[in-house]
Amino acid sequence: MTASEKTLSILYFASLGETLRTNSETLAVDNSVISVSDLIALLAQRGENWQLLQDKTTKCAVNQTIASKDQPLSHNDEVAFFPPVTGG
Amino acid sequence: MIRVQTEDFHLQTEYEQLQKHGHSGAIVTFVGSVRDFGGEGSFRLDHYPGMTEKVLEKIEQQANQRWDLISTTIIHRVGNLAAGDQIVFVGVSSRHRKNAFAACEYMIDILKTQAPFWKKEGDTWVDAKESDSEAADKWLSHSQP
Repeated sequence: MTASEKTLSILYFASLGETLRTNSETLAVDNSVISVSDLIALLAQRGENWQLLQDKTTKCAVNQTIASKDQPLSHNDEVAFFPPVTGG
Repeated sequence: MIRVQTEDFHLQTEYEQLQKHGHSGAIVTFVGSVRDFGGEGSFRLDHYPGMTEKVLEKIEQQANQRWDLISTTIIHRVGNLAAGDQIVFVGVSSRHRKNAFAACEYMIDILKTQAPFWKKEGDTWVDAKESDSEAADKWLSHSQP
């Protein structure tokens, strides 16, 4: 890892994970990725399915707490994306 | 107290646990069970281990801040469940029934929209319900009971 990178652990749950065909990955990003919205923009470049991350209904949590799109990201953060919850 | 588990729970046991926490005037319990929705008659409940526990603990804390309670319990099951199975337990003990009723309803309403659980019936993921978010919004728009 160089000084200009941070490593993120990214999780995708439920229908979102199925559509993206992955439930987790470790991703090194450069310093241009400052916030959740920067990460979403980066991932959305991967293709059509990945643009689901930009959907208003897709939720995001950072380190297991619901996060807004402007939340800053730090090295080793756990970032999770998921659809609306359906428990109970 | 919160628990996330695959095993079933027993109402009497949980009721007795609530009683043990001191002389309460009221105990309210809610048990959610799986509706008979036709089709395969079963589903799988996935969750986000770690975050689920954090969210449930926060819901308990918020209920205790809002109302004068003695003890609270939230139990949520995960994994494979079938019609008729118990899925969620919410229990509250308090000196007064109004607090116990309100806190119990608050916890299940908030849980349904904030705790990271997802139901999958066969090959289909269940969509979130508008009525659930309305029930939660009712509490979030009121500052105090």
